[in-house]
Amino acid sequence: MRRNPRVVVLGEDVGRRGGVFLVTEGLIDEFGAERVIDTPLTELGIVGVAVGMALYGLKPVAEIQFIDFVYEALDQLLSEAAKIRRRTGGMYSAPIVVRGPCCGGVRGGMFHSQSPESYFIHTAGLITMMPSTPYDAKGLLKSALRAEDPVVFLEPKILYRTVREEVPEEDYVVPIGKARLVKEGSDVTVVTWGAMVYQALEAAKLVEARHGWDVEIIDLRTLFPFDKDAILESVEKTGRLMVVHEAPRTLGLGAEIAAYVAEKAIDLLRAPIVRVTGFDTPFPLVHEKLYMPNVARIYMGLSKLMKY
Amino acid sequence: MKALGLYRVIDEEGEQVGDFDVDVDKLLDMYVYMVRARILDDWLLRLQRVGKVALHAPNRGQEAVSVGATMALDRGDWLIPSYRELGAYLVKGMSEEEILDRAIANIDDVLRGSEFAVYGKRSVNLVPAPVPVGNQVPHAVGAAMAAKILGHRTVVMTIFGDGATSRGHFHAALNFAGVFKAPVVFVVQNNQWAISVPARRQTASVTFAIKGVAYGVPSVRVDGNDVLAVYTASREAVERARRGEGPTLIEAVTYRMGPHTTADDPSKYRDPEEVKLFERLDPIARFRKFLYKKGVLDEDQDKRIWEEWGSRIEATVKKCYDKPPLPVDVIFENVYSKPTWNLVEQHEELRESLKIARELGLEVE
Repeated sequence: MRRNPRVVVLGEDVGRRGGVFLVTEGLIDEFGAERVIDTPLTELGIVGVAVGMALYGLKPVAEIQFIDFVYEALDQLLSEAAKIRRRTGGMYSAPIVVRGPCCGGVRGGMFHSQSPESYFIHTAGLITMMPSTPYDAKGLLKSALRAEDPVVFLEPKILYRTVREEVPEEDYVVPIGKARLVKEGSDVTVVTWGAMVYQALEAAKLVEARHGWDVEIIDLRTLFPFDKDAILESVEKTGRLMVVHEAPRTLGLGAEIAAYVAEKAIDLLRAPIVRVTGFDTPFPLVHEKLYMPNVARIYMGLSKLMKY
Repeated sequence: MKALGLYRVIDEEGEQVGDFDVDVDKLLDMYVYMVRARILDDWLLRLQRVGKVALHAPNRGQEAVSVGATMALDRGDWLIPSYRELGAYLVKGMSEEEILDRAIANIDDVLRGSEFAVYGKRSVNLVPAPVPVGNQVPHAVGAAMAAKILGHRTVVMTIFGDGATSRGHFHAALNFAGVFKAPVVFVVQNNQWAISVPARRQTASVTFAIKGVAYGVPSVRVDGNDVLAVYTASREAVERARRGEGPTLIEAVTYRMGPHTTADDPSKYRDPEEVKLFERLDPIARFRKFLYKKGVLDEDQDKRIWEEWGSRIEATVKKCYDKPPLPVDVIFENVYSKPTWNLVEQHEELRESLKIARELGLEVE
């Protein structure tokens, strides 16, 4: 916001309250109520107005207090922000950033825990990101702010408090569409993102200790357009692929990645692709750790891949 | 209360019943814009019938709202209309040729064949309408808030139908506009029909204008077949917005004489007698009577206007009719600022399929 005076933030409780997770804390003091806008309670209004601001030339960052509430705004996000470049023949675009806390692990129940990335990925015109580290959160958000296309920026809320690291003060970006190699390995490729990166790491340690299996972990960071080259290069090396995500399995991004690898590189595969995901149910309040992919389920999947 | 009344400047007989501040040249301009919109509307209908235009949303009967509202805007102001506003596009600065190229979706279509029945031009701040009803209403508020934040004196106007007032977009937008005092003018084209649903089934509110009052938005109901009433109310709203006094909602009561679109058949739900009644209230005929009475226009002059624009527009239709089509590559255009890898792959797939279709002699389109 210091760098670009056209950036404005709008959403519920983003001003004085600093957001319910304090992501925007202090912004109103530095940039004033005209650029840090506490809005009425309507996601449809927040995203719709953000689109209009972007048409006029601002760079709005719209916060959805919990991403589970974005559905009211889907018409604005999927029909307008995503399609305005197309439907105006490139005359106008609405490169807004819609950000909000997502995913489970904080006993948030059905409406404070969802991972809705597939809805956005399925709509041409949107870029979807999910950082798993503070460094990437800053770098990806800066990329989002400089992007010429609308970005949905999903923040796994459990990581707000559980992951800490020093983040450089200086300006840097994490490029859109580039995955991060979390851990090198030679036996099996695990493609994942968000908080599941940490579950995959735990499981990798376990299988290494118990069986000596060497797991490679890729954090996608940008969910669409995803880093197909990083995935294919890794699978070329390991011959085995697992995708881990919190979102439900059916038509989750894992399905697309599996299909993509099968189409492009089925000859490289030494075992059928395995998906470890949230179940195809609403997100539960109780037993949420059993709904979300955990070390036991990832272990199970890795065993299946290695013993095939 | 203005939201419950029916503001008028000209009555059905063309008699002046209210004040206005418009000079003779501008009165004639208004009339000519309405005539041009009517002639163009008839052409688009005919072009749709012969399959040259995919779909058209007829404007007949609503020209006074389109023209009256937008003539109240200043040059740099923004307009985010709906898909039934030919008069507004002409006033804002699109030519008949640009509109026809768009409708036919030929090689010169600036929207690159992306959608039917919508029109726009960035150089005159005319944002193409979305096809989903009323989606543009919050955009107008956002654009107006942006103008205010940037310290510009721009006013943003949006036009939408009575059906749109039932959607969440309208309510969220009115609420934001009221809270943030956005410099925006909302114009409801209350044409009595949302496809087959009459206005009385769209709302139990006594008027559409009254909805604005609940959001703290000054609202006024005007006779939408009276171009001077629409203009005068709109001008006041635009000036208020420019003075920093916030939004206005204008309900313009008019009538959709034709079908919803060329894909609709009103005989299934509407009494033709009702249409005949409203034909007698035709906004162009009413304004003409007024101009005759004021001595601004006479029958000869009127005939010349219709003939002149009739032949000019016919010539433009001929010119646009035979322009070549858009290339197939438009399918992959303007999805992202730069094509993503999947689009590059799929574009290649399309090219290859066309090559194979040619080799096999298959008709694929």
